[in-house]
Amino acid sequence: MAKNTAASRRRKTIWINVSFQSAAFVLALLLTTVMLLAVGAPPFQAYRSILVGAFGSVGDIFDTLIAWAPLLLTTMGVLITFSAGLWNIGIEGQVTLGAIFTTWILRLLQESGLPPWLIIVLGILAGIVGGALWASLAGVLKTFGGVNEIFGGLGLNFVATALTLWLIFGPWKRPGTGSMSGTLPFPEELWLPAIPGFRLSPWALVLSFIAVVVVYFLLRGTHFGLRLKAVGKNMRAAYLLGVPTWQHMLASFLLCGVFAGLAGALQVTAVYHRLIPSISSNYGFTGLLVAMLVNFHALWAVPVALFFAALNIGSVHLPIVLKLDSSLSGVLQGLLVLLVLMVEGARQRLMSRKIIPAEPASGEEVQS
Amino acid sequence: MDVELRDIHKTFGKVRANVGIRLHVPAGTIQGILGENGAGKSTLMKVLSGFIHADQGAILLDGRPVVIHSPADAIRAGIGMLHQDPLDFPPMRVIDNFVMARGGSLFPGRAAARRDLKKLAAQFGFALDPDAYVDSLTVGERQQLEIVRLLWLGARVLIFDEPTTGISAAQKERLFAALRLLADQDKTVLFVSHKLEDVEGLCDRVVVLRQGYLVGEARPPYTTRQLVEMMFGKAISIGKRVPCAVGETSLRLRNLSVEDYRLKVRGVNLAVRAGEVIGLAGMEGSGQGLFMRAVAGLLRTTGGRISLDGRNLTGRSHLVSKRHGVAFLPASRLEEGLVPGLDLTEHFVLAEKKGGFFIDWEGGRALAEERIAEFNIRGTPASHVEALSGGNQQRALLALLRVSLRLLLLEHPTRGLDIESTIYIWSKLKERCGQGTSILFVSSDLEEILQYSDRVLVFFNGRVSPPLEAAEMNTDRLGELIGGKGWPEEEWVEEMTADG
Repeated sequence: MAKNTAASRRRKTIWINVSFQSAAFVLALLLTTVMLLAVGAPPFQAYRSILVGAFGSVGDIFDTLIAWAPLLLTTMGVLITFSAGLWNIGIEGQVTLGAIFTTWILRLLQESGLPPWLIIVLGILAGIVGGALWASLAGVLKTFGGVNEIFGGLGLNFVATALTLWLIFGPWKRPGTGSMSGTLPFPEELWLPAIPGFRLSPWALVLSFIAVVVVYFLLRGTHFGLRLKAVGKNMRAAYLLGVPTWQHMLASFLLCGVFAGLAGALQVTAVYHRLIPSISSNYGFTGLLVAMLVNFHALWAVPVALFFAALNIGSVHLPIVLKLDSSLSGVLQGLLVLLVLMVEGARQRLMSRKIIPAEPASGEEVQS
Repeated sequence: MDVELRDIHKTFGKVRANVGIRLHVPAGTIQGILGENGAGKSTLMKVLSGFIHADQGAILLDGRPVVIHSPADAIRAGIGMLHQDPLDFPPMRVIDNFVMARGGSLFPGRAAARRDLKKLAAQFGFALDPDAYVDSLTVGERQQLEIVRLLWLGARVLIFDEPTTGISAAQKERLFAALRLLADQDKTVLFVSHKLEDVEGLCDRVVVLRQGYLVGEARPPYTTRQLVEMMFGKAISIGKRVPCAVGETSLRLRNLSVEDYRLKVRGVNLAVRAGEVIGLAGMEGSGQGLFMRAVAGLLRTTGGRISLDGRNLTGRSHLVSKRHGVAFLPASRLEEGLVPGLDLTEHFVLAEKKGGFFIDWEGGRALAEERIAEFNIRGTPASHVEALSGGNQQRALLALLRVSLRLLLLEHPTRGLDIESTIYIWSKLKERCGQGTSILFVSSDLEEILQYSDRVLVFFNGRVSPPLEAAEMNTDRLGELIGGKGWPEEEWVEEMTADG
């Protein structure tokens, strides 16, 4: 009996959640529409143009898929740190460092005579190491230095960007003068194999799907994932329950760096085939947005990340077709996240039952 | 200013913090407000000072009803409150703190403020350097700053919440002199305390709160016994005590010292035998919390030695002592004990810490179901802990403890629980004693302390009594000690244990 009511109650809350989320989505579309009208642009044509840009041709679809893979990876990374209650905003720099490490190893080994596949594998591994190192730097700053991970990550992002520029215009510059178009492209045998005639590498997609599966099981089915959640939700209680807290926080940074570094490595080996100044392509930040939307559910990230990737790719055509800036996709994404979070806040406020404090009167304790 | 509280009601959920409280304090009076923790003193004072809005009731100042919605309203009406932990801005200078709340113009007008600050401070004999940083001041000096600040803002009613905790004897003298001076200037002083000695030495009149009700009034000369009785209620006959068969010494503390920014606990010596229950009595914040956390390995000790079963645990973290059979159950269940957002199964899986990488959810659920049945928790394995009632949260915390423990440290194990739950929880705890677990527990319920302890440590302002035999104590005597009465001047003399 009790079980039945609990189940029906749960079903009811799921429905309420879904309707609130859809309301947020509609609201975001409405607000974007209002904004488009305000600048005198035809909203439906804009949306159509985004859709066509993202899915209009095989090439467009593949471009969307190309953007999908790194976005999934960064989302997975951020989900791990989110679980531990950490806002790893430094993921952008971790992607960049992954790309730098991969480029470094490819440059080092391209003349070595090793089989190309081995060089690619080593390059990707190096990228993973690079991302993990940069992330653990933020983690060490947080756990031992008392530097909030948001500030540490932000600072490290700038350092990573500066490092990229220095490498492109300094030690790794093209013969002659350095250029914003990046380092000299690698020979084709060092590219991650792509579908003939397109830039899409199935390997990148496969790796990111593996990441989703790994993170899904890590957060759902492992002791490690459960402990991360406990640390994220209540560090003091987790500690009293026997979870070594700072170790888990550091480990979550490290793992996030692994996925970020892999994303960076794929940007080099599968997409750009060289190091360019904005190699991370904002996938770190977009991944943060996706992670906020999916609220710890790794599987939900799959469609949401695809949607975001489609927005990004679709809006590339906006300046040409409608003389609109392509940042429209960012506006829509940002609004979506803000509204979903806001609607969630409203939902909690509306649905919250009164909470009874255990100790009403004095009861302040001296212990810190 | 004449203050009148009429029929104040305040409930928090199901908890009635203030029930129909009426209090009239004429101008120029030092009014003592006594009561144990949770009696409703702070709630009442927060209602008066605008931190909490009463559900019902009226506040009258000089006979005129006033509406107070915020501390800013309160100070405009002339009511200022000094909180137990000073609400100031430690990284800023005294003068900046002083002018902080004064609105009016864009620029603070420091020069005039500085003059006023010096004048007011001189009036009370306070030595306040306007340019000192607040974090370099003692708690006593921070209080002095608050007093002159509130007076400068025009306070004519001053509320002091436990002002004598954490200040030196000399500062206390100066504080009391200042309070008397305030009363002479026709200000109204509300003095909230649990220290009988302070109240008796200072207040013109005293009211006592218990469980949300105003239960009594007294005027000098006070009789300590009467005040204790009003605070803790009439001594109800205590049920049969069940002393445990105790074994070898398990926990040994030598000269243990621990401190925080306002309290020092010094040189505690204690030998606890396996299966023994030690009750830690004292008003909250008297040092028992620090002491517990130090023993648990959650706070660094400043001196002394902790050993358990001959193993030195001094300076080891809680994770280490946990491995050697120590468990700590905090009073704030949802803040420190349980993880809101996780369900019971997840808690049992976390606490059980089986090996392996993947979680055996089936096993976890089975374990949860078993413990839920054993500990009579009203909930299912999928219940989130924050949805449980307080009593069930406490049961869950107990159910999470590992099977074999050497030392169990409990903070307010039955606070907020009904009798049935209390009895149940203690039966479970006594079961553990039978298996050789020693228990140290903090409680503000004197009956609970006397009923379930073998020996008692009393804490007062960081001082710790030697272990007193619970069988030779009674609530009156314990209440006096908790209120700081009957403590020897210097070191505790051993024969005091006998006169209980």
